Amino acid sequence: MTGSAIGDAVRAPYEVLAWLIGRWSDALAAVGDALGIGMLDYVFMHHAFLVGGLIAVMAPLVGTFLVHRQMALIGDALAHTAFAGVAVGLFVNSILGTGISPYIAAVVVAMLAALAIELISEVTDAYNDVSMAIVLSTGFALGAVLISLNTGGLAVGINQYLFGNLATVSRENAALLVVLFLVVSVVVTVTYKQLLYVTFDETAARVAGLDVRWYNRLMTSLTAMVVVGAMQIMGVILVAAMLVVPVAAAAQVARGFREALLASVVLAEIAVIVGITLSYRYEATAGGTIVLVAVAVYVAMVLAGKLQSRRGVAEESGATTTAVDPDADGTAGD
Amino acid sequence: MSFEGASSVGDGGTGVGDTVGRVVDTDDRVVDADDLTFGYTAAPVVEDVSFAVDRGEYVGIVGPNGSGKSTLLRLVLGLHEPDSGSCRLLGHPSLAFAERERVGYVAQDVTEDTKRMPITVAEVVLMGRFPHAGFGRVTESDRERVREALRTVGIERLADRKVTALSGGQRQRTYIARALAGEAELLVLDEPTVGVDAESVDAFFDLLERLNDEGMTVLLVEHDIGAVLEHASRVICLNREVYFDGSPTAFAESDALDRAYGTNLVGRKEGEK
Repeated sequence: MTGSAIGDAVRAPYEVLAWLIGRWSDALAAVGDALGIGMLDYVFMHHAFLVGGLIAVMAPLVGTFLVHRQMALIGDALAHTAFAGVAVGLFVNSILGTGISPYIAAVVVAMLAALAIELISEVTDAYNDVSMAIVLSTGFALGAVLISLNTGGLAVGINQYLFGNLATVSRENAALLVVLFLVVSVVVTVTYKQLLYVTFDETAARVAGLDVRWYNRLMTSLTAMVVVGAMQIMGVILVAAMLVVPVAAAAQVARGFREALLASVVLAEIAVIVGITLSYRYEATAGGTIVLVAVAVYVAMVLAGKLQSRRGVAEESGATTTAVDPDADGTAGD
Repeated sequence: MSFEGASSVGDGGTGVGDTVGRVVDTDDRVVDADDLTFGYTAAPVVEDVSFAVDRGEYVGIVGPNGSGKSTLLRLVLGLHEPDSGSCRLLGHPSLAFAERERVGYVAQDVTEDTKRMPITVAEVVLMGRFPHAGFGRVTESDRERVREALRTVGIERLADRKVTALSGGQRQRTYIARALAGEAELLVLDEPTVGVDAESVDAFFDLLERLNDEGMTVLLVEHDIGAVLEHASRVICLNREVYFDGSPTAFAESDALDRAYGTNLVGRKEGEK
């Protein structure tokens, strides 16, 4: 972005973000010094914790709505089209000699793919896994072909997009993620009620006057943003896990929807912080480590949920039978 | 075709039916369907159906499977655009109807699809307030209305229970409470008792009757003809076309049932006058 009007318009807010990210770095470095935590000596770890922490908020925030609409697969499909976006970005850069961040290209392509999936599902009247699988493999194939078309310098960097990389989270990429995070959280906060209604009961939502198609498009677009944001450290292949696993874990123990939303964010934060720390200590790939921790958390929650319901049965066996016994209900009502 | 049912009283003054921009005080026609025809494909599922529901009525729609009952409801609610004919809901064209909170909709148990979704009874009922709140915050008075609605349907003690942990009957009460919380004037129910056990069904119909007594207009699609005859103040028998529109007693004495169920789309005859 050299000299153009757009470049200038973007520069000022970027400077602010970069400054803020610098202060975050200082703060973590100070904490590291005080507590003698060696990994906090490195700026890339500061960026990793920042990016990871934000992903752990926005992925479950969007994922909760997706999972409970049985649309968990859409994250996977969008991640693979985002990979195509990365390839397009790299391709354009090498042809035209521009310096566009491949992640920007990924955001654009993933958003387009999100809308394409929505349109397909509106036409065919269902989120069918076939169309999802087609979008998924088309994206990945396109990415693979574009990259092979100009090998050389390109192929080297491809692993970082496939598997993610802690060490390559630059300040620019962190800034992009902060922007995505702000967009996603503001949009979900403002449209929480509408998204919840559409998620729970689409027909009733339509009767209540909500434009369901519009909210579906909104939801998939948000998913695209989360996917691209999380791709940096999670990688294409594992990014969908952040949308799904913490949400599934929270659903095991939560009773209400708001409760489930909060729980999934907390569990995702645990997975990210523990995962990044472990991956630094044992020099393992961050994305994989985070997902394994998240799955471990999920298993723990399944067990906790089982215990909870067993204790529930033991403690209030009367109340549980009410749920099954129609008689108690009928007489109480009238 | 016009079907003026035996018990369809109190429609004096609303004869000016289709004047656009009808004023509020003549708005006691809650539903006004005029010659509705609609098909998902070229074959119509609903053909030349006209009927009206006045404020305070309790209308039951019966008919064999695939007779277009649910489709008719969807047309009334403005979820489909009719191929021909028109429908008005609370005085406005159904398709352009904006005051959505005035209509409460209860379908067959939807939690079949969202079985594992963690959401409490109170959260579901609060959805009734969402059209009122728009993009704004839910206020304490919204929550008070939720508690009131839960009391009315008799499940306030279940407020913090997971919806998926309820029985079918309790769940349907939850959806009624959602409509009440939204201050609905018209309750539209599409086979609400499917999958609900017999005793809860009785209690459910008692609840509907009580709400109707308090002024709620009820439009009910139901496969159980006996229940409709027992509870509704008016019966519409549908099999693509209207075969009968009138009081339950008149319906029981007529041969509309045999014709509607026996002559599936063959031997079309004029409906009851």
